[in-house]
Amino acid sequence: MRVMVLVKATEDSEAGRMPTAELFEAMGKFNEELVKAGVILGGDGLKPSSQGKRVAFDGPKRTVIDGPFAETRELVAGYWIWEVKDMAEAVEWVKRCPNPMFGPSEIEIRPFYEMSDFGDVVTPEIRERDERLRDQLKDR
Amino acid sequence: MADADTHRTIETVFRIEQARLIAGLTRMVRDVGLAEELAQDALVTALAEWPKSGVPDKPGAWLMAAAKRRAIDGMRHEKMAARKHAELGRDLDQDADSAAEAIEAHLDDDVGDELLSLIFTACHPVLSPEARAALTLRLIGGLTTDEIARAFLSTEPTIAQRIVRAKAALRESGLSYEVPHGAERAPRLASVLEVIYLIFNEGYAATAGDDLIRADLCAEAQRLGRILAGVAPDDPEVFGLLALMEIQASRLKARVGPDGSSIPLPEQNRAQWDQLLIRRGFTALNRATALGGQSGPYALQAALAACHARARTAAETDWGKIASLYDALRTVMPSPVVDLNRAIAHSMAFGPHAGLALIAEIEQANVLRNYAPLPAAKGDCLLRAGRPAEARRQFEAAAALSRNLREKEFLLARAAACDQVPTA
Repeated sequence: MRVMVLVKATEDSEAGRMPTAELFEAMGKFNEELVKAGVILGGDGLKPSSQGKRVAFDGPKRTVIDGPFAETRELVAGYWIWEVKDMAEAVEWVKRCPNPMFGPSEIEIRPFYEMSDFGDVVTPEIRERDERLRDQLKDR
Repeated sequence: MADADTHRTIETVFRIEQARLIAGLTRMVRDVGLAEELAQDALVTALAEWPKSGVPDKPGAWLMAAAKRRAIDGMRHEKMAARKHAELGRDLDQDADSAAEAIEAHLDDDVGDELLSLIFTACHPVLSPEARAALTLRLIGGLTTDEIARAFLSTEPTIAQRIVRAKAALRESGLSYEVPHGAERAPRLASVLEVIYLIFNEGYAATAGDDLIRADLCAEAQRLGRILAGVAPDDPEVFGLLALMEIQASRLKARVGPDGSSIPLPEQNRAQWDQLLIRRGFTALNRATALGGQSGPYALQAALAACHARARTAAETDWGKIASLYDALRTVMPSPVVDLNRAIAHSMAFGPHAGLALIAEIEQANVLRNYAPLPAAKGDCLLRAGRPAEARRQFEAAAALSRNLREKEFLLARAAACDQVPTA
Protein backbone atom coordinates (compact mmCIF):
# COMPACT_ATOMS: atom_id res chain seq x y z
CA MET A 1 0.00 0.00 0.00
CA ARG A 2 1.03 3.56 -0.61
CA VAL A 3 1.08 6.04 2.25
CA MET A 4 1.83 9.71 2.57
CA VAL A 5 3.96 10.51 5.59
CA LEU A 6 3.39 14.09 6.69
CA VAL A 7 5.93 15.89 8.82
CA LYS A 8 3.95 18.45 10.81
CA ALA A 9 5.14 21.99 11.23
CA THR A 10 6.37 23.57 14.45
CA GLU A 11 7.03 27.18 15.43
CA ASP A 12 10.65 26.63 14.37
CA SER A 13 9.85 25.27 10.90
CA GLU A 14 7.28 28.02 10.41
CA ALA A 15 9.99 30.56 11.29
CA GLY A 16 12.18 29.01 8.59
CA ARG A 17 14.77 27.84 11.10
CA MET A 18 17.09 25.38 9.32
CA PRO A 19 17.88 22.01 10.90
CA THR A 20 21.36 21.41 12.30
CA ALA A 21 24.09 19.62 10.37
CA GLU A 22 23.65 16.65 12.73
CA LEU A 23 19.95 16.39 11.92
CA PHE A 24 20.66 16.66 8.20
CA GLU A 25 23.10 13.79 8.53
CA ALA A 26 20.76 11.65 10.62
CA MET A 27 17.95 12.29 8.13
CA GLY A 28 20.25 11.38 5.27
CA LYS A 29 21.05 8.09 6.94
CA PHE A 30 17.40 7.37 7.59
CA ASN A 31 16.54 8.13 3.96
CA GLU A 32 19.29 5.81 2.81
CA GLU A 33 17.82 3.04 4.94
CA LEU A 34 14.42 3.64 3.37
CA VAL A 35 15.97 3.43 -0.10
CA LYS A 36 17.75 0.16 0.70
CA ALA A 37 14.49 -1.29 1.98
CA GLY A 38 12.74 -0.27 -1.23
CA VAL A 39 10.23 1.78 0.76
CA ILE A 40 10.66 5.31 -0.50
CA LEU A 41 8.92 6.60 -3.63
CA GLY A 42 9.44 10.30 -3.17
CA GLY A 43 9.34 13.20 -0.79
CA ASP A 44 10.40 16.77 -0.14
CA GLY A 45 10.43 19.58 2.36
CA LEU A 46 8.04 22.51 2.15
CA LYS A 47 8.76 26.17 2.82
CA PRO A 48 6.97 27.89 5.75
CA SER A 49 3.29 28.72 5.29
CA SER A 50 4.21 32.43 5.15
CA GLN A 51 5.15 31.67 1.53
CA GLY A 52 1.97 29.71 0.89
CA LYS A 53 -1.51 30.67 -0.23
CA ARG A 54 -4.96 29.24 0.24
CA VAL A 55 -7.98 29.40 -1.98
CA ALA A 56 -11.27 29.26 -0.06
CA PHE A 57 -14.35 27.87 -1.83
CA ASP A 58 -17.91 28.87 -1.09
CA GLY A 59 -20.37 28.04 -3.83
CA PRO A 60 -19.15 29.89 -6.92
CA LYS A 61 -17.01 32.23 -4.80
CA ARG A 62 -13.18 31.89 -4.63
CA THR A 63 -11.21 33.84 -2.02
CA VAL A 64 -7.42 33.85 -1.96
CA ILE A 65 -5.87 33.92 1.52
CA ASP A 66 -2.19 34.71 2.00
CA GLY A 67 -0.06 32.79 4.49
CA PRO A 68 1.16 32.43 7.17
CA PHE A 69 -1.63 30.30 8.57
CA ALA A 70 -2.51 30.11 12.22
CA GLU A 71 -2.87 26.45 13.20
CA THR A 72 0.89 25.76 13.19
CA ARG A 73 0.65 22.18 14.45
CA GLU A 74 -1.82 21.26 11.71
CA LEU A 75 0.40 22.55 8.91
CA VAL A 76 2.68 20.34 6.84
CA ALA A 77 6.41 21.02 6.74
CA GLY A 78 7.41 18.11 4.55
CA TYR A 79 6.28 14.75 3.23
CA TRP A 80 7.35 11.36 1.95
CA ILE A 81 5.49 8.91 -0.20
CA TRP A 82 6.21 5.32 0.85
CA GLU A 83 5.24 1.89 -0.39
CA VAL A 84 4.71 -0.44 2.58
CA LYS A 85 2.91 -3.70 3.33
CA ASP A 86 0.54 -2.20 5.87
CA MET A 87 0.08 0.66 8.33
CA ALA A 88 2.00 -1.23 11.03
CA GLU A 89 5.08 -1.23 8.82
CA ALA A 90 4.68 2.49 8.13
CA VAL A 91 4.42 3.15 11.89
CA GLU A 92 7.52 1.08 12.55
CA TRP A 93 9.52 3.03 9.97
CA VAL A 94 8.30 6.38 11.31
CA LYS A 95 9.41 5.37 14.81
CA ARG A 96 12.92 4.98 13.42
CA CYS A 97 12.93 8.49 11.97
CA PRO A 98 15.05 11.00 13.87
CA ASN A 99 12.93 13.77 15.42
CA PRO A 100 12.73 16.08 12.39
CA MET A 101 12.28 19.23 14.53
CA PHE A 102 14.06 20.95 17.40
CA GLY A 103 11.30 20.49 19.95
CA PRO A 104 8.40 18.06 20.24
CA SER A 105 6.88 17.28 16.85
CA GLU A 106 4.50 14.95 15.06
CA ILE A 107 4.52 12.83 11.94
CA GLU A 108 1.21 11.74 10.45
CA ILE A 109 0.69 8.70 8.19
CA ARG A 110 -2.19 8.63 5.70
CA PRO A 111 -2.93 5.78 3.32
CA PHE A 112 -3.76 6.48 -0.32
CA TYR A 113 -6.93 5.11 -1.86
CA GLU A 114 -6.06 1.94 -3.77
CA MET A 115 -7.69 -0.02 -6.55
CA SER A 116 -8.93 -2.55 -3.99
CA ASP A 117 -10.92 0.20 -2.26
CA PHE A 118 -13.12 0.15 -5.34
CA GLY A 119 -13.63 -3.62 -5.11
CA ASP A 120 -17.38 -3.41 -5.72
CA VAL A 121 -16.81 -3.04 -9.45
CA VAL A 122 -15.91 -6.74 -9.61
CA THR A 123 -18.89 -8.25 -11.41
CA PRO A 124 -20.59 -11.51 -10.42
CA GLU A 125 -19.31 -13.12 -13.65
CA ILE A 126 -15.72 -12.40 -12.70
CA ARG A 127 -16.27 -13.69 -9.19
CA GLU A 128 -17.83 -16.87 -10.56
CA ARG A 129 -14.97 -17.44 -13.00
CA ASP A 130 -12.54 -16.96 -10.14
CA GLU A 131 -14.31 -19.54 -8.00
CA ARG A 132 -14.33 -21.99 -10.91
CA LEU A 133 -10.58 -21.55 -11.32
CA ARG A 134 -10.06 -22.13 -7.62
CA ASP A 135 -12.13 -25.33 -7.75
CA GLN A 136 -10.05 -26.60 -10.65
CA LEU A 137 -6.91 -25.97 -8.66
CA LYS A 138 -8.21 -27.94 -5.71
CA ASP A 139 -8.72 -30.94 -7.97
CA ARG A 140 -5.10 -30.97 -9.07
CA MET B 1 2.02 -1.68 26.11
CA ALA B 2 -0.64 -4.35 25.77
CA ASP B 3 0.60 -7.79 24.78
CA ALA B 4 -1.39 -7.81 21.54
CA ASP B 5 0.23 -4.52 20.51
CA THR B 6 3.68 -5.80 21.38
CA HIS B 7 3.11 -8.92 19.32
CA ARG B 8 2.02 -6.87 16.36
CA THR B 9 5.08 -4.64 16.75
CA ILE B 10 7.38 -7.65 16.97
CA GLU B 11 5.91 -9.21 13.86
CA THR B 12 6.25 -5.95 11.95
CA VAL B 13 9.81 -5.38 13.13
CA PHE B 14 10.64 -8.91 12.13
CA ARG B 15 9.16 -8.46 8.68
CA ILE B 16 11.23 -5.33 8.15
CA GLU B 17 14.41 -6.92 9.49
CA GLN B 18 14.01 -10.44 8.16
CA ALA B 19 15.92 -10.02 4.90
CA ARG B 20 18.94 -8.35 6.49
CA LEU B 21 18.92 -10.83 9.37
CA ILE B 22 18.98 -13.77 6.97
CA ALA B 23 21.54 -11.98 4.80
CA GLY B 24 23.91 -11.37 7.73
CA LEU B 25 23.42 -14.85 9.15
CA THR B 26 23.95 -16.53 5.76
CA ARG B 27 27.32 -14.87 5.49
CA MET B 28 28.14 -16.20 8.95
CA VAL B 29 26.86 -19.79 8.74
CA ARG B 30 27.07 -20.24 4.93
CA ASP B 31 23.69 -21.91 4.71
CA VAL B 32 20.52 -20.08 3.72
CA GLY B 33 18.21 -22.66 5.32
CA LEU B 34 20.05 -22.56 8.63
CA ALA B 35 20.17 -18.76 8.51
CA GLU B 36 16.41 -18.66 8.08
CA GLU B 37 15.93 -21.01 11.04
CA LEU B 38 18.20 -18.88 13.22
CA ALA B 39 16.24 -15.77 12.28
CA GLN B 40 13.02 -17.58 13.22
CA ASP B 41 14.58 -18.59 16.56
CA ALA B 42 15.40 -14.94 17.22
CA LEU B 43 11.77 -14.07 16.53
CA VAL B 44 10.63 -16.68 19.03
CA THR B 45 13.03 -15.25 21.61
CA ALA B 46 11.72 -11.74 20.99
CA LEU B 47 8.13 -12.92 21.33
CA ALA B 48 9.05 -14.36 24.75
CA GLU B 49 11.12 -11.44 26.03
CA TRP B 50 9.85 -8.18 24.55
CA PRO B 51 6.39 -8.31 26.17
CA LYS B 52 8.26 -8.33 29.53
CA SER B 53 11.21 -6.06 28.78
CA GLY B 54 9.61 -3.75 26.22
CA VAL B 55 10.68 -3.32 22.60
CA PRO B 56 14.41 -2.44 22.51
CA ASP B 57 15.60 0.84 20.97
CA LYS B 58 17.43 -0.94 18.17
CA PRO B 59 15.19 -3.93 17.55
CA GLY B 60 17.01 -5.03 14.40
CA ALA B 61 20.36 -5.18 16.16
CA TRP B 62 18.76 -6.98 19.11
CA LEU B 63 17.35 -9.67 16.81
CA MET B 64 20.69 -10.05 15.07
CA ALA B 65 22.51 -10.41 18.41
CA ALA B 66 20.01 -13.05 19.55
CA ALA B 67 20.31 -14.98 16.28
CA LYS B 68 24.11 -14.84 16.32
CA ARG B 69 24.15 -16.12 19.88
CA ARG B 70 22.10 -19.10 18.70
CA ALA B 71 24.45 -19.57 15.77
CA ILE B 72 27.44 -19.64 18.09
CA ASP B 73 25.75 -22.17 20.36
CA GLY B 74 25.28 -24.28 17.27
CA MET B 75 28.89 -23.82 16.24
CA ARG B 76 30.13 -24.79 19.71
CA HIS B 77 28.17 -27.95 19.19
CA GLU B 78 29.85 -28.58 15.93
CA LYS B 79 33.26 -27.70 17.30
CA MET B 80 33.93 -24.99 14.80
CA ALA B 81 37.43 -23.63 14.44
CA ALA B 82 38.46 -22.46 17.88
CA ARG B 83 39.74 -19.06 16.81
CA LYS B 84 36.67 -18.02 14.88
CA HIS B 85 34.55 -19.17 17.76
CA ALA B 86 36.56 -17.19 20.33
CA GLU B 87 36.39 -14.08 18.19
CA LEU B 88 32.65 -14.21 17.78
CA GLY B 89 32.14 -15.22 21.39
CA ARG B 90 34.06 -12.18 22.59
CA ASP B 91 31.67 -9.81 20.82
CA LEU B 92 28.65 -11.46 22.24
CA ASP B 93 29.78 -12.12 25.79
CA GLN B 94 29.76 -8.37 26.38
CA ASP B 95 26.57 -6.96 27.81
CA ALA B 96 23.65 -7.01 25.43
CA ASP B 97 23.56 -3.28 24.73
CA SER B 98 27.12 -2.87 23.60
CA ALA B 99 26.89 -6.06 21.56
CA ALA B 100 23.80 -4.66 19.92
CA GLU B 101 25.63 -1.41 19.24
CA ALA B 102 28.58 -3.25 17.72
CA ILE B 103 26.21 -5.14 15.47
CA GLU B 104 24.35 -1.98 14.55
CA ALA B 105 27.61 -0.35 13.44
CA HIS B 106 28.49 -3.45 11.48
CA LEU B 107 25.04 -3.52 9.91
CA ASP B 108 25.47 0.01 8.61
CA ASP B 109 28.72 -0.88 6.87
CA ASP B 110 27.85 -4.19 5.42
CA VAL B 111 24.12 -4.52 5.10
CA GLY B 112 24.02 -3.52 1.46
CA ASP B 113 26.66 -6.02 0.51
CA GLU B 114 25.12 -8.84 2.56
CA LEU B 115 21.65 -8.20 1.20
CA LEU B 116 22.99 -8.12 -2.34
CA SER B 117 24.79 -11.41 -1.81
CA LEU B 118 21.56 -12.95 -0.46
CA ILE B 119 19.69 -11.77 -3.57
CA PHE B 120 22.37 -13.29 -5.80
CA THR B 121 22.18 -16.53 -3.80
CA ALA B 122 18.38 -16.82 -3.94
CA CYS B 123 18.52 -16.16 -7.69
CA HIS B 124 21.39 -18.53 -8.39
CA PRO B 125 21.27 -20.12 -11.85
CA VAL B 126 21.60 -23.63 -10.33
CA LEU B 127 17.92 -23.19 -9.42
CA SER B 128 15.00 -23.17 -11.84
CA PRO B 129 13.40 -19.74 -12.42
CA GLU B 130 10.30 -20.88 -10.47
CA ALA B 131 12.43 -21.97 -7.50
CA ARG B 132 14.39 -18.74 -7.64
CA ALA B 133 11.17 -16.70 -7.64
CA ALA B 134 9.73 -18.60 -4.67
CA LEU B 135 12.94 -18.38 -2.66
CA THR B 136 13.39 -14.67 -3.43
CA LEU B 137 9.84 -13.86 -2.36
CA ARG B 138 10.31 -15.93 0.80
CA LEU B 139 13.73 -14.64 1.89
CA ILE B 140 13.85 -11.07 0.59
CA GLY B 141 10.16 -10.26 0.13
CA GLY B 142 9.23 -11.89 3.45
CA LEU B 143 6.13 -13.56 1.95
CA THR B 144 4.79 -16.71 3.59
CA THR B 145 4.65 -19.93 1.58
CA ASP B 146 0.87 -19.65 1.61
CA GLU B 147 1.04 -16.16 0.10
CA ILE B 148 3.49 -17.33 -2.57
CA ALA B 149 1.25 -20.31 -3.39
CA ARG B 150 -1.82 -18.08 -3.80
CA ALA B 151 0.15 -15.60 -5.87
CA PHE B 152 1.36 -18.28 -8.29
CA LEU B 153 -1.97 -20.13 -8.40
CA SER B 154 -0.28 -23.12 -6.79
CA THR B 155 -0.70 -25.02 -3.53
CA GLU B 156 1.15 -24.48 -0.27
CA PRO B 157 2.78 -27.96 -0.14
CA THR B 158 4.07 -27.52 -3.71
CA ILE B 159 5.69 -24.19 -2.90
CA ALA B 160 6.99 -25.35 0.49
CA GLN B 161 8.63 -28.32 -1.17
CA ARG B 162 10.05 -26.13 -3.93
CA ILE B 163 11.66 -23.88 -1.31
CA VAL B 164 13.03 -26.78 0.74
CA ARG B 165 14.56 -28.33 -2.38
CA ALA B 166 16.01 -25.01 -3.47
CA LYS B 167 17.70 -24.51 -0.10
CA ALA B 168 19.09 -28.04 -0.22
CA ALA B 169 20.37 -27.50 -3.77
CA LEU B 170 22.16 -24.33 -2.64
CA ARG B 171 23.68 -26.12 0.35
CA GLU B 172 24.96 -28.95 -1.83
CA SER B 173 26.31 -26.72 -4.57
CA GLY B 174 29.05 -25.33 -2.29
CA LEU B 175 28.49 -21.68 -3.23
CA SER B 176 30.70 -18.92 -1.92
CA TYR B 177 27.77 -16.67 -0.89
CA GLU B 178 29.82 -13.74 -2.11
CA VAL B 179 28.67 -10.99 -4.43
CA PRO B 180 29.96 -12.03 -7.87
CA HIS B 181 32.49 -9.76 -9.56
CA GLY B 182 34.28 -9.67 -12.88
CA ALA B 183 33.18 -11.90 -15.73
CA GLU B 184 30.86 -13.87 -13.45
CA ARG B 185 28.77 -10.84 -12.54
CA ALA B 186 26.86 -10.20 -15.78
CA PRO B 187 25.31 -13.68 -16.14
CA ARG B 188 24.55 -13.85 -12.40
CA LEU B 189 22.91 -10.42 -12.51
CA ALA B 190 20.90 -11.47 -15.58
CA SER B 191 19.58 -14.37 -13.53
CA VAL B 192 18.48 -11.99 -10.75
CA LEU B 193 16.78 -9.59 -13.15
CA GLU B 194 15.02 -12.47 -14.92
CA VAL B 195 13.49 -13.59 -11.62
CA ILE B 196 12.32 -10.12 -10.62
CA TYR B 197 10.74 -9.57 -14.03
CA LEU B 198 9.12 -13.02 -13.87
CA ILE B 199 7.52 -12.04 -10.55
CA PHE B 200 6.38 -8.74 -12.04
CA ASN B 201 4.82 -10.42 -15.07
CA GLU B 202 2.94 -12.92 -12.89
CA GLY B 203 1.37 -9.95 -11.17
CA TYR B 204 0.77 -8.18 -14.47
CA ALA B 205 -1.07 -11.24 -15.79
CA ALA B 206 -3.47 -11.13 -12.85
CA THR B 207 -6.99 -10.03 -13.73
CA ALA B 208 -9.79 -8.48 -11.70
CA GLY B 209 -11.34 -11.16 -9.52
CA ASP B 210 -7.97 -12.83 -8.93
CA ASP B 211 -6.69 -13.03 -5.38
CA LEU B 212 -5.31 -9.58 -4.59
CA ILE B 213 -2.02 -11.11 -3.49
CA ARG B 214 -1.50 -11.99 -7.15
CA ALA B 215 -1.80 -8.42 -8.34
CA ASP B 216 0.44 -7.45 -5.41
CA LEU B 217 3.26 -9.35 -7.11
CA CYS B 218 3.82 -6.28 -9.26
CA ALA B 219 4.37 -4.15 -6.18
CA GLU B 220 6.55 -6.89 -4.70
CA ALA B 221 8.71 -7.04 -7.84
CA GLN B 222 8.97 -3.24 -7.94
CA ARG B 223 10.06 -3.27 -4.32
CA LEU B 224 12.70 -5.92 -5.09
CA GLY B 225 13.85 -3.80 -8.02
CA ARG B 226 14.10 -0.74 -5.79
CA ILE B 227 16.04 -2.67 -3.14
CA LEU B 228 18.39 -3.95 -5.81
CA ALA B 229 18.86 -0.42 -7.15
CA GLY B 230 19.68 0.67 -3.58
CA VAL B 231 22.35 -1.99 -3.06
CA ALA B 232 23.72 -2.24 -6.63
CA PRO B 233 23.72 1.42 -7.69
CA ASP B 234 26.24 1.02 -10.51
CA ASP B 235 24.64 -1.71 -12.64
CA PRO B 236 22.79 -0.06 -15.55
CA GLU B 237 20.45 -2.98 -16.30
CA VAL B 238 19.18 -2.90 -12.69
CA PHE B 239 17.90 0.60 -13.46
CA GLY B 240 16.71 -0.48 -16.90
CA LEU B 241 14.52 -3.16 -15.33
CA LEU B 242 13.36 -0.83 -12.55
CA ALA B 243 12.40 1.79 -15.16
CA LEU B 244 10.53 -0.81 -17.20
CA MET B 245 8.53 -2.03 -14.17
CA GLU B 246 7.74 1.46 -12.86
CA ILE B 247 6.44 2.63 -16.24
CA GLN B 248 4.45 -0.53 -16.93
CA ALA B 249 2.98 -0.41 -13.42
CA SER B 250 1.95 3.21 -13.98
CA ARG B 251 -0.78 1.87 -16.30
CA LEU B 252 -2.13 -0.85 -14.03
CA LYS B 253 -5.16 1.18 -13.01
CA ALA B 254 -5.95 2.36 -16.54
CA ARG B 255 -5.75 -0.98 -18.28
CA VAL B 256 -8.76 -2.62 -16.60
CA GLY B 257 -12.30 -1.62 -17.51
CA PRO B 258 -15.14 -1.50 -14.98
CA ASP B 259 -16.25 -4.96 -16.17
CA GLY B 260 -12.78 -6.41 -15.67
CA SER B 261 -11.91 -6.50 -19.37
CA SER B 262 -8.46 -5.32 -20.35
CA ILE B 263 -8.17 -2.04 -22.22
CA PRO B 264 -5.48 -1.82 -24.93
CA LEU B 265 -2.92 0.94 -24.62
CA PRO B 266 -4.25 3.31 -27.32
CA GLU B 267 -7.69 3.31 -25.70
CA GLN B 268 -6.59 3.80 -22.10
CA ASN B 269 -7.53 6.94 -20.21
CA ARG B 270 -4.10 8.48 -19.87
CA ALA B 271 -5.24 10.69 -17.01
CA GLN B 272 -5.30 7.49 -14.94
CA TRP B 273 -1.64 6.73 -15.54
CA ASP B 274 0.31 7.05 -12.31
CA GLN B 275 2.53 10.08 -12.86
CA LEU B 276 4.63 9.37 -9.76
CA LEU B 277 5.63 5.97 -11.15
CA ILE B 278 6.22 7.40 -14.62
CA ARG B 279 8.52 10.03 -13.15
CA ARG B 280 10.35 7.34 -11.16
CA GLY B 281 10.64 5.29 -14.35
CA PHE B 282 12.16 8.20 -16.26
CA THR B 283 14.62 8.84 -13.43
CA ALA B 284 15.68 5.19 -13.41
CA LEU B 285 16.01 5.16 -17.21
CA ASN B 286 18.17 8.29 -17.07
CA ARG B 287 20.35 6.57 -14.49
CA ALA B 288 20.70 3.49 -16.73
CA THR B 289 21.70 5.76 -19.62
CA ALA B 290 24.15 7.74 -17.47
CA LEU B 291 25.79 4.43 -16.55
CA GLY B 292 26.20 3.66 -20.26
CA GLY B 293 23.44 1.06 -20.35
CA GLN B 294 20.98 2.54 -22.86
CA SER B 295 21.41 -0.47 -25.19
CA GLY B 296 20.66 -3.15 -22.60
CA PRO B 297 17.55 -5.25 -23.26
CA TYR B 298 15.69 -3.94 -20.19
CA ALA B 299 16.71 -0.33 -20.81
CA LEU B 300 15.51 -0.59 -24.43
CA GLN B 301 12.16 -2.04 -23.33
CA ALA B 302 11.92 0.71 -20.71
CA ALA B 303 12.67 3.30 -23.41
CA LEU B 304 9.81 1.83 -25.47
CA ALA B 305 7.46 2.05 -22.50
CA ALA B 306 8.70 5.61 -21.94
CA CYS B 307 7.72 6.60 -25.51
CA HIS B 308 4.13 5.71 -24.74
CA ALA B 309 4.29 7.37 -21.32
CA ARG B 310 5.54 10.58 -22.90
CA ALA B 311 2.67 10.82 -25.40
CA ARG B 312 -0.22 12.83 -23.97
CA THR B 313 -2.57 11.25 -26.52
CA ALA B 314 -2.23 8.05 -28.55
CA ALA B 315 -1.96 10.20 -31.70
CA GLU B 316 1.12 11.95 -30.28
CA THR B 317 3.06 8.68 -30.00
CA ASP B 318 6.53 8.97 -31.52
CA TRP B 319 6.41 5.85 -33.74
CA GLY B 320 9.65 6.73 -35.52
CA LYS B 321 11.49 6.55 -32.21
CA ILE B 322 9.67 3.33 -31.27
CA ALA B 323 10.61 1.75 -34.62
CA SER B 324 14.28 2.57 -34.10
CA LEU B 325 14.18 1.21 -30.52
CA TYR B 326 12.76 -2.07 -31.85
CA ASP B 327 15.53 -2.14 -34.46
CA ALA B 328 18.01 -1.98 -31.57
CA LEU B 329 16.09 -4.41 -29.35
CA ARG B 330 16.04 -7.21 -31.91
CA THR B 331 19.83 -7.19 -32.03
CA VAL B 332 20.23 -7.63 -28.24
CA MET B 333 17.09 -9.71 -27.67
CA PRO B 334 16.27 -11.57 -30.87
CA SER B 335 12.75 -12.98 -30.81
CA PRO B 336 9.97 -13.39 -33.37
CA VAL B 337 7.58 -11.51 -31.06
CA VAL B 338 9.97 -8.56 -30.95
CA ASP B 339 10.13 -8.76 -34.76
CA LEU B 340 6.35 -8.60 -34.98
CA ASN B 341 6.16 -5.61 -32.67
CA ARG B 342 8.88 -4.02 -34.76
CA ALA B 343 6.82 -4.58 -37.90
CA ILE B 344 3.80 -2.93 -36.24
CA ALA B 345 5.97 0.02 -35.14
CA HIS B 346 7.36 0.40 -38.68
CA SER B 347 3.83 0.30 -40.11
CA MET B 348 2.79 3.07 -37.74
CA ALA B 349 5.91 5.14 -38.46
CA PHE B 350 6.40 4.59 -42.19
CA GLY B 351 3.04 3.32 -43.45
CA PRO B 352 1.31 -0.05 -43.89
CA HIS B 353 3.58 -1.17 -46.76
CA ALA B 354 6.65 -1.00 -44.53
CA GLY B 355 4.79 -3.14 -41.99
CA LEU B 356 3.63 -5.67 -44.60
CA ALA B 357 7.18 -6.11 -45.91
CA LEU B 358 8.48 -6.95 -42.42
CA ILE B 359 5.49 -9.21 -41.72
CA ALA B 360 6.25 -11.12 -44.92
CA GLU B 361 9.75 -11.82 -43.56
CA ILE B 362 8.29 -13.13 -40.29
CA GLU B 363 5.82 -15.34 -42.21
CA GLN B 364 8.69 -16.85 -44.12
CA ALA B 365 10.42 -17.85 -40.89
CA ASN B 366 7.19 -19.67 -40.03
CA VAL B 367 7.66 -19.73 -36.22
CA LEU B 368 4.63 -17.57 -35.39
CA ARG B 369 2.15 -19.47 -37.57
CA ASN B 370 -0.28 -20.12 -34.70
CA TYR B 371 0.16 -16.74 -33.06
CA ALA B 372 -3.06 -14.71 -33.33
CA PRO B 373 -1.35 -11.28 -33.13
CA LEU B 374 0.47 -11.98 -36.43
CA PRO B 375 -2.61 -12.19 -38.71
CA ALA B 376 -4.24 -9.45 -36.58
CA ALA B 377 -1.32 -7.12 -37.34
CA LYS B 378 -1.33 -8.12 -41.00
CA GLY B 379 -5.07 -7.47 -41.20
CA ASP B 380 -4.56 -4.03 -39.73
CA CYS B 381 -1.85 -3.18 -42.28
CA LEU B 382 -3.95 -4.51 -45.18
CA LEU B 383 -6.96 -2.50 -44.07
CA ARG B 384 -4.88 0.64 -43.85
CA ALA B 385 -3.40 -0.15 -47.29
CA GLY B 386 -6.93 -0.17 -48.74
CA ARG B 387 -7.27 -3.96 -49.16
CA PRO B 388 -10.31 -4.74 -46.93
CA ALA B 389 -11.17 -8.13 -48.46
CA GLU B 390 -7.73 -9.53 -47.65
CA ALA B 391 -7.79 -7.79 -44.27
CA ARG B 392 -11.06 -9.50 -43.45
CA ARG B 393 -9.55 -12.96 -44.03
CA GLN B 394 -6.62 -12.10 -41.75
CA PHE B 395 -8.87 -10.90 -38.93
CA GLU B 396 -10.92 -14.09 -39.24
CA ALA B 397 -7.77 -16.21 -39.14
CA ALA B 398 -6.62 -14.31 -36.04
CA ALA B 399 -10.01 -14.83 -34.36
CA ALA B 400 -9.78 -18.57 -35.04
CA LEU B 401 -6.34 -18.72 -33.39
CA SER B 402 -7.22 -16.62 -30.34
CA ARG B 403 -8.03 -18.49 -27.15
CA ASN B 404 -9.28 -15.42 -25.36
CA LEU B 405 -13.03 -14.94 -25.75
CA ARG B 406 -12.99 -11.16 -25.56
CA GLU B 407 -10.13 -10.94 -28.03
CA LYS B 408 -11.97 -13.31 -30.38
CA GLU B 409 -15.07 -11.10 -30.28
CA PHE B 410 -12.96 -8.02 -30.91
CA LEU B 411 -11.24 -9.60 -33.94
CA LEU B 412 -14.52 -10.84 -35.43
CA ALA B 413 -15.92 -7.34 -35.05
CA ARG B 414 -12.91 -5.97 -36.93
CA ALA B 415 -13.43 -8.59 -39.65
CA ALA B 416 -17.08 -7.62 -40.01
CA ALA B 417 -16.17 -3.92 -40.16
CA CYS B 418 -13.98 -4.58 -43.22
CA ASP B 419 -17.15 -4.82 -45.34
CA GLN B 420 -17.86 -1.15 -44.71
CA VAL B 421 -14.48 -0.02 -45.99
CA PRO B 422 -14.16 0.81 -49.70
CA THR B 423 -11.34 -0.90 -51.59
CA ALA B 424 -8.59 1.53 -52.58
